[in-house]
Amino acid sequence: MTVDVLIDWLANLVDFPELAFILAVLICAIPAFLFIAVYALVAIYGELKISSFMQDKVGPMGQGPGLHAGKWGLLQPVADALKLLLKEDIIPASADTKLFILAPFIVFIGAFISFAALPFNQNLIIADMNIGVFYILAVSSLGVIGLIVAGWSSNNKWSLYGAMRSSAQIVSYEIPAALSIVVVIMLTGTLSMQGIIQHQDGLVWGILPNWIIFQNPFTFLAFFVFFISGVSECNRTPFDIPEAESELVAGTFTEYSGMRYAFFFLSEYANMFIVSGVAAVGFLGGWHSPIPGFLEAPGWGLFWFLFKVGMLIFVMMWFRWTFPRLRVDQLMNICWKVLLPMALLNIFGVGIWTVLAGR
Amino acid sequence: MSSVLFWIIAFVAIGSAFIVVLNKNLFYSAIALVFTFMGVAGLYVFLWADFMAGVQVMIYVGGILVLILFGIMLTNRISSVNISHSNYHQGIGAVIVIGIFFILGWMILETPWLRIVEQEPTQTVGKIGRLLMTEYLLPFEVASVLLLAALIGAAMLSRKAN
Repeated sequence: MTVDVLIDWLANLVDFPELAFILAVLICAIPAFLFIAVYALVAIYGELKISSFMQDKVGPMGQGPGLHAGKWGLLQPVADALKLLLKEDIIPASADTKLFILAPFIVFIGAFISFAALPFNQNLIIADMNIGVFYILAVSSLGVIGLIVAGWSSNNKWSLYGAMRSSAQIVSYEIPAALSIVVVIMLTGTLSMQGIIQHQDGLVWGILPNWIIFQNPFTFLAFFVFFISGVSECNRTPFDIPEAESELVAGTFTEYSGMRYAFFFLSEYANMFIVSGVAAVGFLGGWHSPIPGFLEAPGWGLFWFLFKVGMLIFVMMWFRWTFPRLRVDQLMNICWKVLLPMALLNIFGVGIWTVLAGR
Repeated sequence: MSSVLFWIIAFVAIGSAFIVVLNKNLFYSAIALVFTFMGVAGLYVFLWADFMAGVQVMIYVGGILVLILFGIMLTNRISSVNISHSNYHQGIGAVIVIGIFFILGWMILETPWLRIVEQEPTQTVGKIGRLLMTEYLLPFEVASVLLLAALIGAAMLSRKAN
């Protein structure tokens, strides 16, 4: 499903091109939004349970103030979401009201429009652009602006320090992430998401699936550089110094509550999905089955893509309960002195490997 | 479809550019600049320059604008909301700007534009890459050396003197 096909089809149907265009965009955007909302509920439940199990607890188990949260606490995320929706909307008296209201939307839009280029299976992609990967890298920078606006408009020193830290961190970690994607582009010779996935068909080394991660040692390294940078771009533990609750209350989000906070929350989870999705497409074969030629139908393609993304998100949650938080200087050292040289080495290595191995 | 969309994007780009210039609050100007950059990126898409649009968003919104916002927040008392600037010499500025506007408008209308009747390109990235690596290799390399020099200079300036 690409949006162009929809526009053409609707233009034949309604005989009014502007209307067809708006309808086609809505037909793509509304399911994408619903998908993010439902996925966020699942992810919140997953995070509650995974974190509990890792700490040898049971997590939400059907308790709740007056409400029964369902078997195994399955309704807990629904209760959380309802609580956020019904909470009083507080805007601090000294905040800059206009920008305070605008900020969560900028952050969410930055995450939301990236979904336009994510291929869920062979056909299910909103727009298979020529510049797909590059588009995702580019629009994700909108989120940084939103965070700065949120931090500044809150008129609170914790918010401002959180915003400064978070934007410095995201801007820095964008560089190793983008350079690792360059490795993928060098091997596939295309920026289109579907083109990158189609390149990863078949076998490599006789036994492994022809995913880019397995193609040579440097791409193997590049995957980890990308994934670590990606976790950091989502501001997740161990890189969550921007909202370190022990020193900055809640960083950028200190003054936000209710629905506006929910949008930041939703964007964080959407960003996790995008980072995992790009990692799955760029390095793990996207919708390709782990066993080439086995269960490759479009329905299974959707399953494999969501499975890979789900596993990567699980690893992010695993990180959260395994590693302690990094200090600011350690954070920047890792980015500029470890990940960036490694990313450059990968580009160099893949170039030489491609010339010598001829593939 | 395209014409309505074009006018909306052009309106956003120009309208937000006016806010950038006329607003008294520096931070508001910087935020309005986001919409100007996004509008210009949209205009690039209309010119079938999808890669240029991506570069526009990545470099200007993701890089330069963040730098501007950092500059605003670091140079002033960062916890104060009232970061304002004032516009001087508005009369002279208006005369110069209107003059430039008429000169540019006259040139755009008078120039016999070269029209190439060709299929709209479906893919621009490959062509740009090939041209950068063949015909425009020297400017490309010179630009990268310049950027490297700037990078080393910035590192030298920000380093603590031993």
